[in-house]
Amino acid sequence: MKERNGKRFSTIRKWFSGIPALGWLLGAFVAVIIEYYFGESLADMLGLDRIPVLFGVVIMLKKPAAIPGAFAYVFMIYVLPVTIIARITSKAMNWLAVLLEKLPLWMSAILHLILLYYILDLWADMSDYRLLLLKLSLIAIMLTLSLNVINGYMGEFSCSHPGFMALGAYTASIFTVGLFMNDRILGHALISTIPSWMGQIVFPLGLILGGAIAAIGALVVAIPSFRTRGDYLAIISLAFMFIVKSGFENLEVFGGPRGLGGQPDWATLPAVFIWAVLCVWTINNFVESTMGKALNAVRDEEAAAEAMTVNTRKTKMIAFMFGAFWAGIAGGLFAHVLRYVNPGTFGLKKLAEVLAMVYFGGLNSVIGSIVGAVGFNLLSEMLRPLEIFKWIIIPVLLILVMIFRPTGLIAFKHFDIREILKPKLKMKERV
Amino acid sequence: MTYFFQNVINALQWGSFYALIALGYAMVYSILMLFNFAHGDIFMAGSYIGFGVATGLLYLVTSGFFSLPHWLILVLTIIISMFLTSFLGILVERIGYRPLRNAPRASAAITGLMIGIILETGNLALLGARRLGFPSLIMTKTYEMGGVFVTNKKILVVLVSLGLMLALDQFVRKTKWGMAMRAMSYDFVVVPLMGVSIDVIAPLTFAIGSALAAAGGVLYGIAYPVLDPYMGILIGWKAFVAAILGGRGSIMGAALAGFLLGFIEIFVTMIFPSTLRDLIAFSIVLVILTFRPYGFFGKPYSAKLRL
Repeated sequence: MKERNGKRFSTIRKWFSGIPALGWLLGAFVAVIIEYYFGESLADMLGLDRIPVLFGVVIMLKKPAAIPGAFAYVFMIYVLPVTIIARITSKAMNWLAVLLEKLPLWMSAILHLILLYYILDLWADMSDYRLLLLKLSLIAIMLTLSLNVINGYMGEFSCSHPGFMALGAYTASIFTVGLFMNDRILGHALISTIPSWMGQIVFPLGLILGGAIAAIGALVVAIPSFRTRGDYLAIISLAFMFIVKSGFENLEVFGGPRGLGGQPDWATLPAVFIWAVLCVWTINNFVESTMGKALNAVRDEEAAAEAMTVNTRKTKMIAFMFGAFWAGIAGGLFAHVLRYVNPGTFGLKKLAEVLAMVYFGGLNSVIGSIVGAVGFNLLSEMLRPLEIFKWIIIPVLLILVMIFRPTGLIAFKHFDIREILKPKLKMKERV
Repeated sequence: MTYFFQNVINALQWGSFYALIALGYAMVYSILMLFNFAHGDIFMAGSYIGFGVATGLLYLVTSGFFSLPHWLILVLTIIISMFLTSFLGILVERIGYRPLRNAPRASAAITGLMIGIILETGNLALLGARRLGFPSLIMTKTYEMGGVFVTNKKILVVLVSLGLMLALDQFVRKTKWGMAMRAMSYDFVVVPLMGVSIDVIAPLTFAIGSALAAAGGVLYGIAYPVLDPYMGILIGWKAFVAAILGGRGSIMGAALAGFLLGFIEIFVTMIFPSTLRDLIAFSIVLVILTFRPYGFFGKPYSAKLRL
């Protein structure tokens, strides 16, 4: 039985193993275009009220009668076009991929990313809900990755991430709202009426400022970490999180517990996408560098690392500040996507969520963090129709993941762009 | 001055809850070197179980099956809910911690957190979002001593929790089981080779910790008779902080740190506006841990023992 299963899988695998990343992207692109132009009428034909927003799962859970229709829709819009196009064009795409391989890596990566961006853009263009979900998922990727630097690569149990996020969110919001918006709390805009294109130029400044403040805040956690590790550091970081949250609750100048609203609408999809890509790229380079290896050394055996000339203090400090910087930027984007922040957002609930995403996806791996963040976000949105039972199913899933894969789904993997983008030729064709 | 003593009484009561919960954290921590992050929610569950037991007993009494004085109902409620909740602790150990005994420590922390969420949501699904009022088993009597007002409930809370702590202390120091626990906390790699099974000691630890949390929950229900499913989160995390502050391997240190945290919180609200409570309390914790990185009574140790 097992053998037969293996055989069947191997035929499927043979069918699809020759497809490079470019082919899959093209397939997805075609699928999204089909959905964009024909999705509505197809949904009508299948007796659905409107386009299934999240791959039909929400509709299936809401109305069991719509299950066949939703299945048919997903099959016809996503599964069939993606697989067929990817399979048919695999030769041409391999040829293209060989050409792209000759280009510098960054150029070919950017070309792939542009295609990916257009896929996401078209997909999100069909409903505002998808757009919001996509933005929040990208932000979740940034958060998860930056926490993975501290918890996965350096092996501490840091609970302070919501605190860093709050620092970034508030700093960026105060920057943009205070300077450019008329606001009930922060008063008139200092620089009123700027052209909209200027917004995209000053917005990164605000975000970087937020990240920098978060990085400075990280010193509060990083400096005690010289003397202590593990559980005591967990408490210190937890205390830091409570202090930041409680601090913003008491700062009436920034709205206190009521929060701060009215951020300009600058966190568009391209902005969030570019920041997320930057984040993945920087963090991946960071953890693959000697500094990243030093992090792993500190995690595995601090004394030995110190003996091997790793400057453990510097390493810890840089890791904390680096993780906090990206968490701050993610926080700033988060505030501008929702266009409202309040201190209550950055509490224990957020902490549990971020920790769950990191440990679900996998420690010490960039790709694991991406999978964890996107998977967790999609799952929690798809199961929304189950209402409170959602919060029984998701924890049960996580417990199962922890029991069977204690370090997460995809842990301890390298994220090699070249490996992902390379043409998938068979051995004999690759002379 | 009377205001000060009044606050001392309040802090003693508030600290008792932290201390009772922190004991459970500290026991699990000193033996398995893991945190039971579901503990705050076990406290919540204990409170709800106490509610169920108390309501049931009161119903039986009013419908005339047997007659019991109210103080006996209270005692029975505490004992029965401690007993029932200890099984919940054993269940948590069995599901969330035993399969992960050789996994990285953080994974067990995540399962604990998730079990906590399941307990909260399960409670919400079973009983709905309305808050329940804990039945008042004893009449509130207020005594005045030189301007300081003391209610009998406050005395009860403090006395019962002190009694339980004393009992636990005696159990850990005098009995054979306690000796096994102390040995296990000393070295849980070698001690199982000496014939003390960790599969017995670990559930026992969880059971005792959960029973104490349940006692805390019932007392909490008596002192603040409004129950909601999320009541365990914040108090649980704060008790966790207290357990760490006490230091590893020192169970009574955790209780003392629990009282200390209660005192800090109450006196911060006495002097400053109450919204600053968390800010100042946790700043003090931060300062304490910066100067005593291993807690008050803990000895430096290597977390490598567990990884």
